[in-house]
Amino acid sequence: MSVLTNNLELFLRLFGQTLQLFAISAVLSLVLGTLLAALRVSPVPVFRGIGATYVTVLRNTPLTLVFVFFLFAYPLLEILRIEPYTAAVVALTLYTAAFVCEVVRSGINTVPVGQAEASRALGLTFTQMLGNVVLPQALRSVVPPMTSTMIALLKNTTVASGFAVPQAGSIRDALSEQGDNVLFGLIWVAIGFVVLVMPLTYVQQVFEKRWSVAR
Amino acid sequence: MSMVLFDVPGPKARVRHKIMAVIGIAAALAGVAYVVMRFVATDQFTARRLDWINYKQIQLSLVEAIGNTLSAFAVGAVLALAFGAIFAAARLSDHAWVRTPAAVIVEIFRAIPLVIMMFFFYYGLPSAGIKLSAFTAVVVSLMLYNGSVLAEIFRAGINSLPKGQSEAAYALGMRKTQVMTFVLLPQALRAMMPTIISQLVVLLKDTALGFLITFEELLRWGTRIGGDAVNFGRPMISVMIVVALIYIGLCLLLTWFANYLEKRNRRNKKVIHTDGDAAGQVQLGNASTAVPGGVTV
Amino acid sequence: MRVRTLAAVLLTGALALTACGKEGSPADQGAAPAGLFEVAKDVKVDGSPTFEKIKSRGSLIVGVKEDQPGLGYKDPTTNKYSGFDIDIARLISAKLGFDPEKIQFKTIQSAAREQALINGDVDYYVGTYTINAGRKEKVAFAGPYFVAGQDLLVKKDNADITGPETLKGKKVCSVTGSTPIKKIRDNNYTEPENIQEFQGYSQCVTKLLNGEVDAVTTDDAILKGYAAAEEGKLKVVGKTFSSEPYGIGLPKDDKALRDKVNDVLQAALDGGDWQKIYDGTLGKSGSAAQKPTIDRY
Repeated sequence: MSVLTNNLELFLRLFGQTLQLFAISAVLSLVLGTLLAALRVSPVPVFRGIGATYVTVLRNTPLTLVFVFFLFAYPLLEILRIEPYTAAVVALTLYTAAFVCEVVRSGINTVPVGQAEASRALGLTFTQMLGNVVLPQALRSVVPPMTSTMIALLKNTTVASGFAVPQAGSIRDALSEQGDNVLFGLIWVAIGFVVLVMPLTYVQQVFEKRWSVAR
Repeated sequence: MSMVLFDVPGPKARVRHKIMAVIGIAAALAGVAYVVMRFVATDQFTARRLDWINYKQIQLSLVEAIGNTLSAFAVGAVLALAFGAIFAAARLSDHAWVRTPAAVIVEIFRAIPLVIMMFFFYYGLPSAGIKLSAFTAVVVSLMLYNGSVLAEIFRAGINSLPKGQSEAAYALGMRKTQVMTFVLLPQALRAMMPTIISQLVVLLKDTALGFLITFEELLRWGTRIGGDAVNFGRPMISVMIVVALIYIGLCLLLTWFANYLEKRNRRNKKVIHTDGDAAGQVQLGNASTAVPGGVTV
Repeated sequence: MRVRTLAAVLLTGALALTACGKEGSPADQGAAPAGLFEVAKDVKVDGSPTFEKIKSRGSLIVGVKEDQPGLGYKDPTTNKYSGFDIDIARLISAKLGFDPEKIQFKTIQSAAREQALINGDVDYYVGTYTINAGRKEKVAFAGPYFVAGQDLLVKKDNADITGPETLKGKKVCSVTGSTPIKKIRDNNYTEPENIQEFQGYSQCVTKLLNGEVDAVTTDDAILKGYAAAEEGKLKVVGKTFSSEPYGIGLPKDDKALRDKVNDVLQAALDGGDWQKIYDGTLGKSGSAAQKPTIDRY
């Protein structure tokens, strides 16, 4: 207990950093992921190809490798200099966007074919159909897995530990430098994550139960 | 579905699509060309920076690093599958005193980041007198996290089976354990095989987190060779491209294996075909409740 | 059929990889002077559990660094370790009666050193390991066998940074869990947000070369090695602002072995062995050696 109370300021500051890193990457990856999903359902085969390639590459690459690339390899190309924090945001965003894209796409795929056919028969345009018929229905099946993706993103922020970006995972370094008990410190970090993740899991389950009867 | 979103394109739309296709190809090519140009402009592909691949010792150490990654994967996967099966059975138990703790453990281990678990086993436990190697720390963490996720997958698979299966088995006079091991689990495993394999892909990728606790796996090998200034002038780019290709190759191989199993499965007459709607619900269930972590990490 | 094709492809790939391979290293690392590591016979260290463990194993496991040219460097093309620390480790092995050729060197990052010794992963650790009171609570130190001082590594054309007091507003990089970065933080030489920490010095040097950080700080001995490896792109400021006595890390409760290692070091300092090792490694940078005084606490 004393590890937590003695270092309360440290814990709060670094968990705050985790949430900040999470919030920025979450917003960016939702935007990028939705754009990618739009590419993947577009009528132009080339766009679908680009989207599919991106998703295949990023989904099959370890996040740690993406981090290593943006921190140690990308700077060698001398394109645009970025801080480790920005590099972490970029790595988390690019990686998570691939998963967001797949969630959105499979959400669209759960809407029965008849819905799209019926709206076309009514003379709706592609945008109208997507915006007024398909996406609102898709959203129901998208929200639960999207919550999972976001939970994973929240946990994935700890990968930044090895890359000069302070967040909850760096609490160990600080404690070990001060000579504090790392074991209990890490247990408190774990508890912190359980506390952050549990409500999200709960919300997800509620949504799922409420919406699963829709069709 | 995605193909039905739009009408069969007419002449105007076809022209429009062609123009967009050209723009798309041009943009993609321009992007790739720019990156390749930066590679060349910053001398990433000079003979010295590519020379590393020629050395026998480096090739051997690469093979060894891949071996370490794969053995962490193999041991982790076996342990995680066992952990998952045990905890799935526990969560389906009729006794609340078995069910509840199992549920709590599974939920907790799914909520803790793998990195924190690895730190705990590698840096934390020794101060309590328990010594673990980096390999053990990686494998145990992989087991706890992926095992918990797999437990949920198994449970969802068993729950998705028609009730008649267990009822019929009980009617034949089988005991609970028999029903589970001979009737429910084999079918559930088959039904959930694609999801299980995709979780194993996640596990394979997660071995790279061992990098953070100095486990000598593929990624650590890459940063070591890529950072070598003495012999090769820091060939980080070329090394990382190779490392990424190996990871992608390994993961795609696993995914391909999953698809192969699924195809063979479809031909198999022993599989119970639930009707489309129910299957869809199961699929939805997988993607969400059952596999929060399975979706990413 | 497809499985067989795949296996064939993999096999040919593996064969192609092993078929061609250069031996040896493109960079000459220099060999240790001959006759230096004569293996002592019938060595006894009474009451040392570590020594008993080594004896039953028949060879030593020594923790070292692999990314510090001149001190502890592992050549990826030959997998051989070289440098001042490595030769000190070999000397101790020989005087303990074990063939230095049979030492199993194990790379341990700065942040994991105490753990490796506590875990018993290594018998002793020789890798720019500064003796201090905090660490003495967890491990024991023999030596010091060398006294370095904290310094700064900057780009050749940098005229702004002349010492620690000129660091304000500059980005400084060092290794997680190392003494130098703690010193920078504790003395407020630069703002906390300008401090970057990575797992290895080579990563910091990469950042310095790219201009992403302004200075890398650690002991001058380490920095000199990097400055030499980068062929005139970097320079060491040359104004040390600390005294870093390097010790040999040993398991905490093994006083018998600590005394023995201290005896070995004292003999090497009094005889010519220490000087020979220095001249063959760090001495190449041109700076003269300063012999340390053994501190038997």
